[in-house]
Amino acid sequence: MGFHVNNTVLNTIFKTWQTEYNIYAPRKYPGGGRFSDTDCIRYGKINTAEEIIFDKKSEYSFKEFLTPVSQTLFFFTEGETKEADTLQKKAIIFLRSCDLHALKRLDDMYLHNGPADYYYHRLRKSIKIVLMGCDHSFENCFCVSMGTNQSSNYDMSIDRQADGTYLIDCKDADWEEQFATTGCAQQKVTPAYVTKNSITVTVPENLTAEVANSSMWDDYDSRCINCGRCNFVCPTCTCFTMQDLFYSENGKAGERRRVWASCMVDGFTDVAGGGCYRQKNGQRMRFKVLHKVLDYKQRNGYHMCVGCGRCDDICPEYISFSNCVNRLQDAVMEVKQND
Amino acid sequence: MIKNDYMPFSSKILEVIQHTDIEYTFRMEYQGDVKPGQFFEVSIPKYGEAPISVSGVGKNHIDLTIRRVGKVTNEIFERYVGNSLLLRGPYGNGFNLSDYMGKDLIIMAGGTGLSPVRGVIDYFFHHPEQRGHMTLISGFKTPNDILFRNDLKQWSANMDVILTVDCAEDDTACHVGLVTQYIPQIKMGNVTNTVAIVVGPPAMMHFSVQGLLGIGLLEENIWISQERKMCCGLGKCGHCKVGDTYICLDGPVFNYTKGKFLVD
Ligand SMILES: Cc1cc2nc3c(=O)[nH]c(=O)nc-3n(C[C@H](O)[C@H](O)[C@H](O)COP(=O)(O)OP(=O)(O)OC[C@H]3O[C@@H](n4cnc5c(N)ncnc54)[C@H](O)[C@@H]3O)c2cc1C
Ligand code: SF4
Ligand code: SF4
Ligand code: FES
Repeated sequence: MGFHVNNTVLNTIFKTWQTEYNIYAPRKYPGGGRFSDTDCIRYGKINTAEEIIFDKKSEYSFKEFLTPVSQTLFFFTEGETKEADTLQKKAIIFLRSCDLHALKRLDDMYLHNGPADYYYHRLRKSIKIVLMGCDHSFENCFCVSMGTNQSSNYDMSIDRQADGTYLIDCKDADWEEQFATTGCAQQKVTPAYVTKNSITVTVPENLTAEVANSSMWDDYDSRCINCGRCNFVCPTCTCFTMQDLFYSENGKAGERRRVWASCMVDGFTDVAGGGCYRQKNGQRMRFKVLHKVLDYKQRNGYHMCVGCGRCDDICPEYISFSNCVNRLQDAVMEVKQND
Repeated sequence: MIKNDYMPFSSKILEVIQHTDIEYTFRMEYQGDVKPGQFFEVSIPKYGEAPISVSGVGKNHIDLTIRRVGKVTNEIFERYVGNSLLLRGPYGNGFNLSDYMGKDLIIMAGGTGLSPVRGVIDYFFHHPEQRGHMTLISGFKTPNDILFRNDLKQWSANMDVILTVDCAEDDTACHVGLVTQYIPQIKMGNVTNTVAIVVGPPAMMHFSVQGLLGIGLLEENIWISQERKMCCGLGKCGHCKVGDTYICLDGPVFNYTKGKFLVD
């Protein structure tokens, strides 16, 4: 059921939620932006609706909540291991359509690629989803090309109107009742979604792993500085490395963590004795790009990339992922001709 | 309820067999189903985890043959006495003995590559009636690097064992040269009923497989085992991914028809 509410009503409802839930949404972190004098928009806990940033894209995605940058798995003490506790409160996460599609990818990776992941599952099972409508496309977005521009699997949707009021579509029965009892206007609501992006991307139908032999990847050898930021902002990148940490040099107490890892950064494939794969940055670019638009699909039946454009937004070398994907058609031709 | 696969369990070290200065076999207390070619994540708090293949399976134990090369493995060697290690696993597919039953079997192993196939060799050593002719070509860098000396001697009772080292002083009892040099010495029967397992460093596996194809073996009759960086063993950390394949889940053992595409 749909509702039209003002800020006060919405904040009253937020208050009731907060006894049981923390609310996570894109918010402003002053001065934390990519350039020294800009703000950073990323996920964090919010208290009131005004704190939620609707008019800009978040630099980092919601994945920080489900797959924390650094997550403690268990603690060691002398001869014993003890599992790390989970969060006390459940969570409500505000996210856009592309990110809601990314959530499906995280689920398939963490719950279905091999045995289900205990730590992911215990956070995942305690979240509710609020879809933030998109009334216009942002820079570098290509969700329409990836088919992720629209979503319906939310508990509630929210669109902030020009006058500061909100249009809400509720699917969660309890929340619906809650909104209805406030006496706010009821109307049919469809969350806003874009039908066109200024960037379009075409993944060639006949793309195969053979495209690895194209010379196009060489272009990235020197342009890319393997900083890994493209992986860290990507809502569908999930790789991690194990790390043991001790609280003091000679102490017996410590913890094992998993921390985000990047396939673009040195050391990702290093094995003892100096073995290392994909030494050139162009080969790493190829590995990343083909995961997003080829081999994930071979395994799961649909593309990994959701077209959020965050990798293009963040790259300090202005390397464009979408442009790279659009070069694949020529690369396929090139490889065919060389055969 | 979902199982917490990351929590290791403590396993007692029952026995330590020293092969070389840097390679020991740790016999670990363990009960449960394990196949040769599968692996465990072995860890010591503060130093981290390392994937190690099962080199032998017993009723109440598994063998882990570990080469001392870095942070975790150093520490295992330093403080193993009378102690235990943390384990989780087993992971990976391992070797399917049924793939080799009733066939002539060739096994080529380079260095520590012998440990993941040791369980297969041992099985067919004890059950010679379940296979045809069997040849093992096992190569090491120098005589000092030879693993499982006693096993190699014992196995030669009912199979052809060719033990070779890359280089040696002249007093060695074994052959000298790369494993590939000895392919022509394999006594071949019906080539379509001959299967092979090749395990070792990437270059050794490449040239050995080429050699076996050269003497007529079919691609689908060759199996290899891949080694990659692995941080989870559970299809999650991404380090072992090659194309659409997760070596830890789909491997590490691959039929060559699939394994040949896993280059990267
Ligand atoms: C499926 C599999 C089976 C293996 N079986 C054996 C075995 O039976 N015996 C044996 O001695 N070694 C085996 N290895 C190699 C062994 O895992 C590495 O030598 C070990 O991880 C080195 O760890 P380290 O901390 O001592 O060395 P470091 O170089 O200090 O390790 C640093 C990091 O790199 C990772 N790493 C290094 N080398 C490898 C590697 N080859 N594979 C995966 N991760 C690596 C480690 O996890 C560690 O986090 C196997 C590897 C794999 C993937
Ligand atoms: S593509 Fe850009 S963001 Fe990604 S690693 Fe290279 S330089 Fe960094
Ligand atoms: S690859 Fe780039 S555009 Fe695609 S989901 Fe990741 S960050 Fe977004
Ligand atoms: S070892 Fe982590 S995904 Fe394979």
